[in-house]
Amino acid sequence: MNYRWNWRVFFDQAPDASGTYLQWLLVGLEWTLATALLAWLIALVAGAIVGTLRTTPLRWAARLATAYVEVFRNIPLLVQMFLWYFVLPELLPEALGDAVKQMPPPWASFVPAVLCLGIYTSVRIAEQVRAGIQSLPRGQSMAGTALGLTLPQTYRYVILPMTFRIILPPLSSEFLNIIKNSSVALTIGLLELTGRARAMQEFTFKVFEAFTAATAIYLVVNLLVVLGMRWLEQRARVPGFISAGGTPQAGH
Amino acid sequence: MFSGFDFEVIWRSLPYLFREGMSFTVTLTLLAMSGGVVFGTLLAMMRLAHFRPLSLVAASYVNLMRSVPLVLVIFWFYFLVPWIGGWAIGASQPIHVGAFWSSVITFTMFEAAYYCEIMRAGIQSIARGQVAAGNALGLNYWQTMAHIVLPQAFRNMLPVLLTQTVILFQDTSLVYVISVTDFLGAAAKIANRDGRLVEMYLFAALVYFVVSFAASRFVRRLQASVAVIR
Repeated sequence: MNYRWNWRVFFDQAPDASGTYLQWLLVGLEWTLATALLAWLIALVAGAIVGTLRTTPLRWAARLATAYVEVFRNIPLLVQMFLWYFVLPELLPEALGDAVKQMPPPWASFVPAVLCLGIYTSVRIAEQVRAGIQSLPRGQSMAGTALGLTLPQTYRYVILPMTFRIILPPLSSEFLNIIKNSSVALTIGLLELTGRARAMQEFTFKVFEAFTAATAIYLVVNLLVVLGMRWLEQRARVPGFISAGGTPQAGH
Repeated sequence: MFSGFDFEVIWRSLPYLFREGMSFTVTLTLLAMSGGVVFGTLLAMMRLAHFRPLSLVAASYVNLMRSVPLVLVIFWFYFLVPWIGGWAIGASQPIHVGAFWSSVITFTMFEAAYYCEIMRAGIQSIARGQVAAGNALGLNYWQTMAHIVLPQAFRNMLPVLLTQTVILFQDTSLVYVISVTDFLGAAAKIANRDGRLVEMYLFAALVYFVVSFAASRFVRRLQASVAVIR
């Protein structure tokens, strides 16, 4: 029993005649990165807001933020993907729903994928932000108050700048996660890297070549992100503060 | 907004959803958890071994698994396991492995990498003096591990291990990509057959939410009660 390797398959023409399979996979990588980066923006903004709200003295805001976290943390990513893609357009007002459904091919799955990933990851970032804020000595916000800063000012000038520098390491692993999680978008028809490797396997029957290439690309991307983040962490480190890390967190 | 809703379809498909779908999801979760914790603990012990090649192999495996999306890992194993099986028993063809065992193997191997990191932290949380004390009493490596280090490591890490299992429970929904009928797969089948996507996916989301939410609440309470007072 022998598997017949054929690495030259990467130089064959891809089915949509846009070039070779290698180029086809690389375009997939572009979609992966585009999805991950846009979703990352949403996740950072929403995560920072929600995480901050959970630490404020505003009771109703903290409750709302907690509910947001619980809802989006306890539903699997794949199910959330289906909710954004299949369910949301049906629940929107009819005109808007129809407009969503009539988006041309890549965007019809790209937009829900970005929103879904962004919101999903924002919950995890919110938790990091909250933990970061709570790990700061209370004296810092007290000092802010003593200086006559209002609550928003204390957050803006004292607490949040410290927090983000402290939580950089967990944030970088969330960034790796968002890149990996973008592969779930293949279930709603987005041809990103994993989706293209899968499709290439179906067209060429070269299972292991296709998946090896995709794996190698993911490893390289991972390595680059890790190196970049390490550089950033060193630049942003707060002297005298041990960055958050410590106990391991469950994740995937 | 809910005017066109057909709750009847959910009621009708409940037996199918739970007897076929949820039982698959739960069995897969439990098997992968057991296998993953055992294999993960072995990996953690390998990573902490003084014999360099051993720790290097374990570290490479863990880092590889953690760098690749789960969906890709599912595809890998789905196609790879039949070949490895065929090679192992010397068959001339890749053997046939059912979707169930393929999923169990995939999730065991994948989650082991994550359980490994948790157990590694757990083992490292045990004071070195305890290992030294074990050695001084004449216990060998395995005895020290089995009677002194691992029981405490498990206890310290129980909340994190269980949280990881809740994530595993959610992740099993991804077997959808190899067309397995787990809970979500069952819901998707009914949804497409009856054209009731909205009802079925909302219901699936609700069920996953209730189970995961209850489980994580339980873990939080457990966390308070198992914490070792030092």
